[in-house]
Amino acid sequence: MSETEKKTPAQDSSVILELKDIKKYYPITSGFFRKVVGHVKAVDGVSLFVRRGETLGLVGESGCGKTTLGKCIVRLHRPTGGELRYRFGDEFSDLLTLDKKESFEARKRIQMVFQDPYSSLNPSKTIFTAFDEPLRIHGMADPKERKDKIADLLQRVNLRPDYMYRYPHEFSGGQRQRICIARALCVNPEMVVCDEPVSALDVSIQAQVMNLMKDLQQEMNLTYIFIAHDLSVVEYMSSRIAVMYLGKVMELADSRELYRNPQNPYTEALFSAVPIPDITKQKQRIVLEGDVPSPANPPSGCAFHPRCRKCQEICKREAPQLRPLRSNPDHFVACHLCDTVDPSETPASGGTPKA
Amino acid sequence: MNENDYVLSIKDLKTHFAVGSRTVRAVDGVTLDVARGKTMGLVGESGCGKSVTAASIMQILPKAGKIVEGEVIFRSKGKEPVDLSKLKRTDKQMRDIRGKDIAMIFQDPMSSLNPVYRIGDQICENILQHEKVSKDEAMNRTIEMLGKLGIPKPEDRVKNYPHEFSGGMRQRVMIAMGMICNPEVLIADEPTTALDVTIQAQILELMKKIQQEYGTTIVLITHNMGIVADMADNIAVMYMGKIVEFGTKEQIFLTPAHPYTKALLKSVPVLGAGDGKRLTSIRGSTPDPSEMPEGCAFAPRCDFCLGDKCNEAPPYLDIGDGHMVRCWLCEGGVKK
Repeated sequence: MSETEKKTPAQDSSVILELKDIKKYYPITSGFFRKVVGHVKAVDGVSLFVRRGETLGLVGESGCGKTTLGKCIVRLHRPTGGELRYRFGDEFSDLLTLDKKESFEARKRIQMVFQDPYSSLNPSKTIFTAFDEPLRIHGMADPKERKDKIADLLQRVNLRPDYMYRYPHEFSGGQRQRICIARALCVNPEMVVCDEPVSALDVSIQAQVMNLMKDLQQEMNLTYIFIAHDLSVVEYMSSRIAVMYLGKVMELADSRELYRNPQNPYTEALFSAVPIPDITKQKQRIVLEGDVPSPANPPSGCAFHPRCRKCQEICKREAPQLRPLRSNPDHFVACHLCDTVDPSETPASGGTPKA
Repeated sequence: MNENDYVLSIKDLKTHFAVGSRTVRAVDGVTLDVARGKTMGLVGESGCGKSVTAASIMQILPKAGKIVEGEVIFRSKGKEPVDLSKLKRTDKQMRDIRGKDIAMIFQDPMSSLNPVYRIGDQICENILQHEKVSKDEAMNRTIEMLGKLGIPKPEDRVKNYPHEFSGGMRQRVMIAMGMICNPEVLIADEPTTALDVTIQAQILELMKKIQQEYGTTIVLITHNMGIVADMADNIAVMYMGKIVEFGTKEQIFLTPAHPYTKALLKSVPVLGAGDGKRLTSIRGSTPDPSEMPEGCAFAPRCDFCLGDKCNEAPPYLDIGDGHMVRCWLCEGGVKK
């Protein structure tokens, strides 16, 4: 293994955000005194890193914790545990331990676009007001400058600048989503967390918004975290994809690698379940039995084992860790049946070149 | 094909809605033949009139909606053909057909099930309405059907209420309710849109299985091109209340002729294409249905618009082997 491959995320200068063992538990209360009787483990120990300028896709079925993780990253939710290490210049600091002033500054860097463009714009405020407020709060004092900025942003998302005096109801779904994207960009963020940005849109409009997002990424050197349940959309948008299941990351790899060479049986089944709009490429579907278990009462061991075709004894006992594959150190998988690198192995083996 | 091979023949169906003083032409001249025992995929974006077409067949339109023109011929096996559009929604004949000969399953299984009745009773009701059988026998048939649809321990589950089922299980209950009287036609209106992909795969496999077993004709309404590619034998593409293209699955996917179909196919990412090729988007958005353009409804968004000619409504042309296209570009049966 060469030296460069051994770099930890903290040493790799392209890494902008590193998540370490992020957890978000919601208490379940019962009785008169609201006694805590259990937890819904929405996100249960997610560790991953994001490189500058890339798009990291988060996919999974409903209830797998992808949106909760996204909201933890923008700190709309405070994680129950873990570290959110973000790069400020040359240094990393944990977003969760910043003081109020630092936190305010940090918020500018990560913005969010929500799923439903109808409920995420205030119906009683014009587009101008919706954009003006964040600009004012984040220190653009000159009204003329703010107006120019808003006009510029609207043009960037292919809307006419004079639309800024209109109300949200005057726009179609696709236009509203473009407005939401422009609003997220008004404080010049480095990273945008997009939570199902195209799911509420019609197919013909989806393509417009996805193309626009790709263009803006290039122009403004943005880093996206793209959350969606539609695998084709995620594959199209992302450079790397993390597959989530019941609050855990099951597999993380380059998007092409993940499609061609899925290792985790869940990823394999998930990819095979997607209907493909091309009759020359039809394939055999792997149909999973049963439903996703409740995150309040997850199965023992590997969360996927009750539905897994290849389930072994060990899968019922022990939860697998997310580890790199022996054959490809950029391909991470959490499965007992895959040939992964065990960190407890003696470092001596790390020095020997692989065949 | 013989006329009798078509279980449903819709001719120039027009369903209009009165919204205030305006008229919304939700379905504006749909002509469609549904072959017996096959799956017909009806695709289009939201608001194109695919659900209203289904509701018109079933006569379950909301009060504001009215079938103003056209006919819906239903040819039940061993019976005289009936024109459903001429029947009143409350006619005995219509009520006998609805739920027994033509059944429907809806998109959202939670809001289509009554939350305060047990699952078993809701399914039984359909049998008791249409057949003279005892309650016990109806319940036994219900249990058998639920078992067939992969619901574990159906004899216990019939006593449960809808909230005790997961989304996928509820959709199975909906299918059971539709299939319990062994209908000739099952209309599935976006049956998997509210479900996750792995559950969607289960439901689609299930629908294939019941079609094989019972020989049911399925009309599958969806906006997902992937689902029709997998499920349908014939496909009709709808845009603004009209069918713009109709053909076999091969004709639609391999040699699409209408600019809208072509654009629709190019605007969705294909999983595993992995080439990062830019998607072709369709410019603009769908027009307001109460202010529809006079001629071709797609003309304002069309890259191949011929100008003045497209201000006139294009004819519905056969361009060979039953491949029908509503476009001036295909005039004279030639694909350009």
